[in-house]
Amino acid sequence: MNAVINLQDNERAPRTAPEAAGPPAAASAYRKQEMRTMSMVQALNSAMEVMLEKDPGVVIFGQDVGYFGGVFRCTEGLQQKYGDDRVFDTPIAEGGIVATAIGMGVNGLRPVVEIQFADYIYPAFDQIASELARLRYRSAGQFWSPVTIRTPCGGGIRGGQTHSQTPEALFAHVCGLKTVMPSNPCDAKGLLISAIEDDDPVIFFEPKRLYNGPFDGDPDKPATSWEHHAKGQVPAGHYRAPLGKAEIVQAGDDVTILAYGTMVHVALAASKQSDINAEVIDVRTLMPLDIDTICTSVCRTGRCVIVHEATRHCGYGAELSAQVQEHCFWNLEAPIERVTGWDTPYPHAQEWAYFPGQARVSEALERISGV
Amino acid sequence: MASRLHIPAAPYRPGEQPDFSAISLPRAGELPRPDELAPANTTENLSYSMIRVLDDDHRAVGPWNPGLPADVLRQGLRNMMLTRLYDEHMLRMQRQGKMSFYLKCTGEEAVSVAQCMALDDGDMLFPTYRQQGLLITRGYPLPDMMCQCLSNAGDRLQGRQLPVMYSSDVHKFFTISGNLGTQFSQAVGWAMAAEYRKTGDIAAAWVGEGTTAEADFHYALTFSTVYRAPVILNVVNNQWAISTHQNVAGGDQNPFAARAIGYGIPGLRVDGNDFLAAYAATRWAAQRARTGGGPTLIELYTYRAAAHSTSDDPAKYRPANEWEHWPLGDPIERLKQHLIALGYWSEAKHGQLQAELEEMVGNTWDDAISLGTLNEGPRPPASAMFEHVYKEIPPHLVEQRRQLESAG
Ligand SMILES: Cc1ncc(C[n+]2csc(CCOP(=O)(O)OP(=O)(O)O)c2C)c(N)n1
Repeated sequence: MNAVINLQDNERAPRTAPEAAGPPAAASAYRKQEMRTMSMVQALNSAMEVMLEKDPGVVIFGQDVGYFGGVFRCTEGLQQKYGDDRVFDTPIAEGGIVATAIGMGVNGLRPVVEIQFADYIYPAFDQIASELARLRYRSAGQFWSPVTIRTPCGGGIRGGQTHSQTPEALFAHVCGLKTVMPSNPCDAKGLLISAIEDDDPVIFFEPKRLYNGPFDGDPDKPATSWEHHAKGQVPAGHYRAPLGKAEIVQAGDDVTILAYGTMVHVALAASKQSDINAEVIDVRTLMPLDIDTICTSVCRTGRCVIVHEATRHCGYGAELSAQVQEHCFWNLEAPIERVTGWDTPYPHAQEWAYFPGQARVSEALERISGV
Repeated sequence: MASRLHIPAAPYRPGEQPDFSAISLPRAGELPRPDELAPANTTENLSYSMIRVLDDDHRAVGPWNPGLPADVLRQGLRNMMLTRLYDEHMLRMQRQGKMSFYLKCTGEEAVSVAQCMALDDGDMLFPTYRQQGLLITRGYPLPDMMCQCLSNAGDRLQGRQLPVMYSSDVHKFFTISGNLGTQFSQAVGWAMAAEYRKTGDIAAAWVGEGTTAEADFHYALTFSTVYRAPVILNVVNNQWAISTHQNVAGGDQNPFAARAIGYGIPGLRVDGNDFLAAYAATRWAAQRARTGGGPTLIELYTYRAAAHSTSDDPAKYRPANEWEHWPLGDPIERLKQHLIALGYWSEAKHGQLQAELEEMVGNTWDDAISLGTLNEGPRPPASAMFEHVYKEIPPHLVEQRRQLESAG
């Protein structure tokens, strides 16, 4: 690598306007491309490959992401293809990884870093919350850093309290950050490309229980792969799924279920199990939040169940509940329900008692439908 | 029973008579100057001892003498004098209630001025709140500095930051964080990007010695040595972190510069009140960084002559006359005497320059306050707080801005 890599034009020029968004527009954009069957891992890998190819400013690093390709294999083959100055291993220092990414971003690059488990993101919290999120603000636009932080989250993999957390609420609470959690390969790729291209910092949560197949919350059923799931069909090339756009994954009239990540699949299964005609909304991006799609639905159904895997107290569901109440109060027929992880650390042996599975979602659906 | 724990104490507290004769100082010119690409461990001696160039007779001696021409020396003197006068003026104005807060760098002017002059314009600076001399040296407009401190209508940062938390992308002066140490590790990333892009620029970062205990200090050393980033990592050891002596950061165990050796980084311990030594060490480190040698850790040994900030009273925790006993003297006085000894300067010229600069600062202040002070407008509009949270103002902030405006 000898030539000066001048990224100024690429970096500082205004980006093309975000796609008009919404499932129909996105679907038509997809249709123009060759579709491939991908797992979530492959879709994420494909998003990073597309961006490495497209933008010489994209660099990818984190613990074990280089030669080995990541403990979950999301960066497999990328170092071999794009070189070890663009995809590389780092020391085990999450704060140092994010700080380094911030400095690179300030100097014109577009870093994508991996924190090996969301449970280990806390050493980087100061760099994320005090620095990354506020550079642009405190310098009145002079400095900013378009870092994307990918991190696997969620339980159901026998990870115990140190490999199962979903701390999205901590990040959604910090102004200046965008917070994303996809529920399937097709969204994961489009959202990750949007995150990398976005000039604001994005915390990108990857539900690791969905890496290799959809999971409806029933641990006794044999695992399925993404191969037979519609959203396992992923465009081969570049496309964006817009940040700030929720998706109605199942239309219905009686109740609105708000979910994201793994819980989208749990909510779908629970609604099938009961006779309730539920509309299921995949929130997809927690900040920016597509409150319009959510409220249009709740105002129509009059009932709302919010499902997330993280703890309940001050969880993201509390924000969703507050906003739904503010916008839909006069249309609500029943109290808003939250189905969440209990307010305890994520236990090892009692994992499935902790996990807010189908039974608990169904109970909530019946409870509020009867009101 | 006496504790076996070692609880470090400050050498002197109020009411005690400071005596620094035990600090061992090598003679100026005594230490060797290795090749810039010498292996890190060959600098071990330099990390425990102290690089000094100006001797007791105000001559520049030894292999570290950078041999600077008279006009560069005079420019350095002027920048240091202006930094001190600016500080003095701003402190007085804070005392008069024109700003909420101020923080001086008195006694440490050589650190930022000499180091900045030893760097190139394209090099990126990651300062703390005590390197205002960097901005003055880079020619950042004095009125803009004042307006930032005043949070007035002329404040380029729109009133968002505490006084002295400057930022200038044009002058490659990184936005100052109130969170100690965070910029140290970010500087390494900036330098890695410069290397990746082959722009030839390097980064320089500063922390106080108290901040070396933060994880970010160690992240910076680890990442910079691992990737051999072109960065200069500076520790300004001004003896005090508010009321806490450097001993509590581990300074009584080993010099901060010596931390570098274990990381495979050269460590240079420098007389921070010696303009020429600070300049020469920075030049050495910059040359090393630019030629692929990676990072250098420089400890600038100095003394914080003023209070930590306008929020503390140092008489409560250290002898009031401690600075007078400081064996390394005053950086401005030392460079001035050197110039006089060379025949390039005189007391009369010094007095004249001092008066000119004082007048300039006073006039600039009058211009700056015409754009408002903390207590008397004009000020940046309240609605400006909603800008720059994100690149584009998102709908929920548009709504909150509307609420603020309709409430007002
Ligand atoms: C992370 C963090 N912890 C604590 C503080 C409060 N604080 C501000 S300055 C300071 C002392 C810093 O001392 P040092 O690093 O030696 O720098 P100096 O002020 O002497 O230049 C402290 C404790 C802070 N700003 N940030």
